[in-house]
Amino acid sequence: MSELDLTKLIFGRLTLESIPYHEPILIITFAMVAVGGLALLGFITYKKAWGYLWHEWFTSIDHKKIGIMYIVLAIIMLLRGFADAIMMRIQQAWAVGDAAGYLPPDHYDQIFTAHGVIMIFFVAMPMITGIMNYVVPLQIGARDVAFPFLNNFSFWMTTSGAVLVMMSLFVGEFAKTGWLAYPPVSGIIKSPGVGVDYYIWALQIAGVGTLLSGVNLLVTIVKMRAPGMSLMRMPVFSWTALCTNVLIVAAFPVLTAVLAMLALDRYLGTAFFTSDLGGNVMMYINLIWIWGHPEVYILILPAFGVFSEIVSTFSRKRLFGYASMVYATVVITVLSYMVWLHHFFTMGSGPTVNSFFGITTMIISIPTGAKVFNWLFTMYRGRIEMEVPMLWTLGFIITFVIGGMTGVLLAVPPADFVLHNSLFLVAHFHNVIIGGVLFGMFAGITYWYPKAFGYKLDPFWGKMSFWFWTIGFYFAFMPLYVLGLMGVTRRMNHFDDPSVQIWFIIAAFGAFLIAIGIASFLIQLVVSYRRRDELRDETGDPWHGRTLEWSTSSPPPYYNFAFTPRVHDMDAWWQMKEHGYKRPEEGFLPIHMPKNTGAGIILAGIATVLGFALIWHMWLLVGVSFLALLAVTIGHTFNYDRDYHIPADEVAETEANRTRMLANHV
Amino acid sequence: MQLLKFLRITPVLIAVALLSGCDTVLMSPSGDIASQQRDLILWATFLMLLVIVPVIILTLVFAFRYRAGNNATYKPDWDHSTVLELVIWGAPLMIIIALGAMTWVSTHKLDPYRPLERIDANRPVPEGVEPLVIEVVSLDWKWLFFYPEQNVAVVNELAAPVDRPIRFKITSEGAMNSFFIPALAGQIYSMAGMETKLHAVINEPGVYDGFSANYSGAGFSDMRFKFHGLSEADFDAWISKVKASPNALTRDVYRELEQPSQANPVTYYASADETLYHDILNRCLEPGDVCMDEMMAFTELGLTMCIAGDPRDREAGSEKEVRELLDLTMAGDNARSLNR
Repeated sequence: MSELDLTKLIFGRLTLESIPYHEPILIITFAMVAVGGLALLGFITYKKAWGYLWHEWFTSIDHKKIGIMYIVLAIIMLLRGFADAIMMRIQQAWAVGDAAGYLPPDHYDQIFTAHGVIMIFFVAMPMITGIMNYVVPLQIGARDVAFPFLNNFSFWMTTSGAVLVMMSLFVGEFAKTGWLAYPPVSGIIKSPGVGVDYYIWALQIAGVGTLLSGVNLLVTIVKMRAPGMSLMRMPVFSWTALCTNVLIVAAFPVLTAVLAMLALDRYLGTAFFTSDLGGNVMMYINLIWIWGHPEVYILILPAFGVFSEIVSTFSRKRLFGYASMVYATVVITVLSYMVWLHHFFTMGSGPTVNSFFGITTMIISIPTGAKVFNWLFTMYRGRIEMEVPMLWTLGFIITFVIGGMTGVLLAVPPADFVLHNSLFLVAHFHNVIIGGVLFGMFAGITYWYPKAFGYKLDPFWGKMSFWFWTIGFYFAFMPLYVLGLMGVTRRMNHFDDPSVQIWFIIAAFGAFLIAIGIASFLIQLVVSYRRRDELRDETGDPWHGRTLEWSTSSPPPYYNFAFTPRVHDMDAWWQMKEHGYKRPEEGFLPIHMPKNTGAGIILAGIATVLGFALIWHMWLLVGVSFLALLAVTIGHTFNYDRDYHIPADEVAETEANRTRMLANHV
Repeated sequence: MQLLKFLRITPVLIAVALLSGCDTVLMSPSGDIASQQRDLILWATFLMLLVIVPVIILTLVFAFRYRAGNNATYKPDWDHSTVLELVIWGAPLMIIIALGAMTWVSTHKLDPYRPLERIDANRPVPEGVEPLVIEVVSLDWKWLFFYPEQNVAVVNELAAPVDRPIRFKITSEGAMNSFFIPALAGQIYSMAGMETKLHAVINEPGVYDGFSANYSGAGFSDMRFKFHGLSEADFDAWISKVKASPNALTRDVYRELEQPSQANPVTYYASADETLYHDILNRCLEPGDVCMDEMMAFTELGLTMCIAGDPRDREAGSEKEVRELLDLTMAGDNARSLNR
């Protein structure tokens, strides 16, 4: 008896049956992941790179390296999320009429949930956070973010959430609830398994990372701008980053709270969102969208910022309507809190409430439209270089306005009554998230890659990626608009009506084109690395940029700027170039810098264990890992060895090297 | 080169999408409400295309005309024009004002809770015609329909006479679903312990698809039913067919039915427990359960007592007063919709 209790105490709900070895698809996936993972680990060991990775990357508090790690995480998770997408597309193209397809509901429902969760939380979020992390301090003339250790810790917490989601693939199951886990389906009665618990703890742990990184970047932008950079001289990307982080700081606590309440319902039997005992599911749906709607602006605003930088750089022109761009961004930020109810007009709130939220939603399209026109008039009378980032921008404008149009259509409540939850809706949000956020991030990666690595990305494969993504997008999602008009609902596992099949086949074909687009992007990374000497940029300013990040070397030194720049114009670097700016070549001072620390990765590692133990009800491990978390946190506060000075000689040498490089170049 | 190729594909894609969109259920519905919703979609789309089409054309024209090799006019420092700014904020604003007005009016007119005033564009609801009441319960994973007027119940099949207004009262046993017959009218959620409403009318006889439009678990994909639009005579025949069934929907039968099951066949019940729908809605199926409407009435009474003072403090005879008050509140609650 006591032995049995001990097993329960240690292993909780986890038994050998929890490993889904009866699912051939999962076993093959597991085998592939295991072989790939072992090969990677073996390669790192063979190259003796562990020390390098640990000292130079994992424990690094350099915002540039953390930014890059965020993007690596996003790309890895993109592959996982996309694998889910392809599986869904195949299932829906196949399971029509009598065919059942190859995914039973039990598996299929996990896939669409995981796809949504991964794409939003572990692809789009790390992607924008990564780019903001890399670019913002450089753009505002700072040497790092305000809280460098916190930055490292945030990254590892986000990774910890991603690790938990990935674990659910092979140990237990993931949620079968849809990406927002509406109760009562996500409640303990309808979902007694570990799936929803994986969902809750993965998002809670990653949410700590997101929130802290939001605080960090917010403080950085508010407090650490270079002298002379008033808010109205701040580059538009930094402005959008500022607004995004305001949104993160204000919205993510709501998600944390609502998931905490759901967890209490599931773990302690409270009745916040149950059908009985006074619980109310409508409360959950309201709360999660009070986070969820700002979330989509959290994602899109930085993309708007990226396009603003790119369109002005490649049109060789000042950004048209800077002030109205800034006001538009701020208006969107404020309004994004007043529209959440449009996600559930069909819940029966009544016509006055519905029209209020419908109209506020439409109002958002005014500043957004102003932005689009500003980009257009930046191109007007410019000298447009059709480099890859500019292609992404053009693709974005055309694709995004279509998505915006269908979005406003969905904001008309009576129209939403017939389009809600249909594939029309699915097409709409992929239209704005792929056409907006993802295109923006690819544009941003291509644009700032030479800054981060010192060589440009190979343009041929960049164009391949752009065309396959764009054309693939139209093939994959235009059919979904049609299917939506045919009254086809999302999250269906199979269809009776044979006339839908052709559209799903076209959509699946589009998904394969996108697969080629993703492959082209990866090939581009490899090809560019091999051709790095041809693609090398020694000036630090390969695109004739306009903002401060282009005044540094590529890649920038640890300390970013030997002297903090002084800003006299909105396009600070452009203005410096115009006025014959001379780099300082002497008089360097020692630079005060923060020191690397392993505390972030260790804390996040323990948090992963804690999450896993909570999911499986391993109460002993919960206690141990929680105490460990506290101990390490307190221990870290006694670490006084946190900073150092880069000696003036070293700064002088680094800068002299750059002087030589620039001289060679000219 | 590739840009040109792409430009050639896009209009074709759009044309194909638009053409095939025309004969879809949402674009050619058979009920008056759904038809009005279709018109609204078309009008809204048209209004927005007034901005969208110029933007797409301008993007392509500017990108082509001001490309680096073309030596068109180049003004690197031109970054402001008050007139243009007014236009780019003003034009979308105008469209949104129009669309906003349309939204306000149509949202009120097409409110699913609002009883119908017309059968179709040309015919008002005739005097004295009462809507057909259908009570809808979503279960894991099937639909249960009560016809209180006829005192029958049906699983996974629905019928209504053509041109007679229908009033759906919708609730759920547990999971949240969305009751949706695209050819008839827009959808509305079904939620446990709450009642949503939908008013609609079918104008053409036929068999239409109905389903849940909100994911509710493993059997969700098969939560489908056929909705039959029938002539009065055919509807009466259909009711007789249901009444001929040997089944009766008692509480025990319901308890059985309530258990999760998938892809249920159509089942007819010749009679149904008359308080069953009320008790499902108010979550008091088991003997001894307090119904939610009673609970709310007591709560309201409690509030009344807070405001008016404890009736026990008053002189004798006040007990009667309280009872009357209680009856009144309960009656009021029953009459009112629970969640509006």
